[in-house]
Amino acid sequence: MSRTETSPIVTTGPHLWGGPGTGRIMSDLLLALIPAVLGAVYFFGSDALAVVLVSTGTAAAVEWVTNRWLGRRSTLADGSALVTGLLLALNLPAGVPLWLPAVGAFFAIAIVKQAFGGLGYNLVNPALAARAFLLIGWPTQMTTWPAPPDAVSMATPLAVLTKPLALEATVGAAPGYLDLLVGRVGGSLGETSALLLLIGAAYLLYRRVIDWRIPVAIFGTVAILTWILGGRGGPFQGDALYHLLAGGLILGAFYMATDYVTAPITPRGRWIFGIGVGLVTVLIRLYGSFPEGVSFAILFMNLMTPLLDRLTVPRPFGGARE
Amino acid sequence: MTSRFSGGVKPPAGKQAADVPTSSLPRPAIVILPLRQHIGAACYPLVRVGERVARGQPVGDSDAALAAPVHATVSGRVTAIEPWITPSGQTELAVLVETDPEDRWWEQLPEPLGWSMDPEALSPDEIRRRARLAGLVGMGGAGFPTAVKLMPRSGSPVPELVVLNGAECEPLLSADRRLMLEDPLRVVVGLKFLMQTTGAPRGVIAVEEANSDCAAALAPFLGHDPRLRVAVLPSRYPQGAEKMLVWAVARRKVPLGGLPLDVGVAVQNVATAAALATALAEGRPLTERIVTVAGEVASPGNWLVPIGSQTTDLIAAAGGIRHGATRVVMGGPMMGVAHPSARPVPVTKTIGGLILIRPQSPADAEPAPCIRCGRCVAVCPMGLVPAELARLAGAGRWDLAREHHVTACMECGSCAYVCPAQRPLVQLIRRAKAEAARQAQQQPTGRNGTGV
Repeated sequence: MSRTETSPIVTTGPHLWGGPGTGRIMSDLLLALIPAVLGAVYFFGSDALAVVLVSTGTAAAVEWVTNRWLGRRSTLADGSALVTGLLLALNLPAGVPLWLPAVGAFFAIAIVKQAFGGLGYNLVNPALAARAFLLIGWPTQMTTWPAPPDAVSMATPLAVLTKPLALEATVGAAPGYLDLLVGRVGGSLGETSALLLLIGAAYLLYRRVIDWRIPVAIFGTVAILTWILGGRGGPFQGDALYHLLAGGLILGAFYMATDYVTAPITPRGRWIFGIGVGLVTVLIRLYGSFPEGVSFAILFMNLMTPLLDRLTVPRPFGGARE
Repeated sequence: MTSRFSGGVKPPAGKQAADVPTSSLPRPAIVILPLRQHIGAACYPLVRVGERVARGQPVGDSDAALAAPVHATVSGRVTAIEPWITPSGQTELAVLVETDPEDRWWEQLPEPLGWSMDPEALSPDEIRRRARLAGLVGMGGAGFPTAVKLMPRSGSPVPELVVLNGAECEPLLSADRRLMLEDPLRVVVGLKFLMQTTGAPRGVIAVEEANSDCAAALAPFLGHDPRLRVAVLPSRYPQGAEKMLVWAVARRKVPLGGLPLDVGVAVQNVATAAALATALAEGRPLTERIVTVAGEVASPGNWLVPIGSQTTDLIAAAGGIRHGATRVVMGGPMMGVAHPSARPVPVTKTIGGLILIRPQSPADAEPAPCIRCGRCVAVCPMGLVPAELARLAGAGRWDLAREHHVTACMECGSCAYVCPAQRPLVQLIRRAKAEAARQAQQQPTGRNGTGV
């Protein structure tokens, strides 16, 4: 339905538009991810670049083809497919066979996004759903992490931290805070350097592209819970900072959990959503069989989003307490 | 000590005509006087085709409780009584008067009381009677008959406060600003009459920060009267919406479906107050008002125009269209209605501005899908979820829209102003409001509506 009440006779307001448009928002997201992409290429070389190109290229191509096939207006120009492709790439290890990002991008765009109605209608984050699909379908390829040339450890830091008994015998000590921050650790393309991700996140917050509530809720929850529960020696001895910097938490909290389409639209809903992501992440990290739980936590909360939106309808100005 | 309302937007501040003094529009050859320029019943004509009329002579009136008479705004001859398009886009019966050069005032105007009269010497009933005789309506846009608005409401206490709304928050409009700068006495006298009518012991004139020079212009006329003050509010759209205004000035929330009177505040537009002062002091009804002409015109400015002047007259006075503007917004660019700029539409009592635009407003854009970014939620001053309301409206779920408080929407357009997908949110919500109101009528469930 468009142009309701807009007849050739009169048109109703507002007659001004302040923007930004969808395309501008997506370009901001792409721009914010550039430092992380450059970092990945620096750390992992051309393997990383190949993964990025195949993933984004496939996402764009599938978006174009499916739109044509479904008779939908081309949405390539809004950039959302490129964002999905890029986010998927950042969730993959460098050095995977290149059909893997292609399959993932196809799954993300064709199945998770377009089959559910296209931009704005998907239930879960396409890039994360694709990552989960690939992880279950091809676990070996998805968990073979090449280390950056001067990395301190072959194991991903969270594996060392959270599954100590199983792993401590086989790998060296966990990387330190500085290694996590700078990126001298193993992991997916986008999981390595916290610093580069934070630079992009700062830009997104400055441009008000993302809502600060979601990352704040996630980091707060993860920090408190890992501090209380994450210590080897007993309660209140966990290393919260380590948990914040390691794994996919920064990438997930700033770039994936804040995905408009799959997060609640109300401020209160976003707080609850963020707390939920933090809670599920910690449960999986500390007690689950996967070392990392951010993507599953976000996917889980994506599915809760329609419910949260319903339960958190704000009280209107001047409305009575119910 | 003012409070900022939550949400709202800050459109670019450019008020092209803000510092252009008001000048008089050259007398138009013809004025078109729609017989309904207010909320309520249409007037019936009091004159016949061919009859000579004088300025200030009533040409239409109604026996309905909710109505205001319409007056000839020039002297001349009635050439037709026929349907004519009005600023809202609806067609109304209108009296067309061809202007003569005499500019005669009607001989039977009420006796002028003079500018030095003491407002407290008049009874509230007498003030209301004269407000009705003068055809006064809310000049801020709503057009609610002033005499009815000033009636004591059963169940509502005597208001503690009269707030004059000088928060001209629509971008580009500066008609109220010019009035406060150039004619502060009339505004202050009007305020005193309004306090006398309502019994309110205090009066506040509210202006936006961007117009703090108006506060300075008004101050000398407030004198040392401890009952009166000027409140300077943040410049933020929609600061002039009644509920936001009452919150900002008095820190009181008008209940949903309620009126400012429910929280002890009576709100009137500054231009209405000035027109009331003129009606009492000079005995003259509402025949003219200040109109800003801005946007894509050669020389934007403010004009004192006879009501019923046509858009085309005003555009010509402003030097004509530039940059191929094809449409004229009547009212402000956020809440006004756009007509083809070549079509002559009469300026009515409630129109404070004409804005010439090129056709690239949100209403023209091909809407993209909602990405649920939540910007509309962040800016909605009423605390609603516009995207969800629009979705429910698109799906025809009027019942759910009502549960989501669709009737609380005042159609300020802040949501559509920021929508990245340029969706027609206001249009969809307006539709849902109409349907929800119809449902509520069929099965009354208590109070509804958004107030005046």
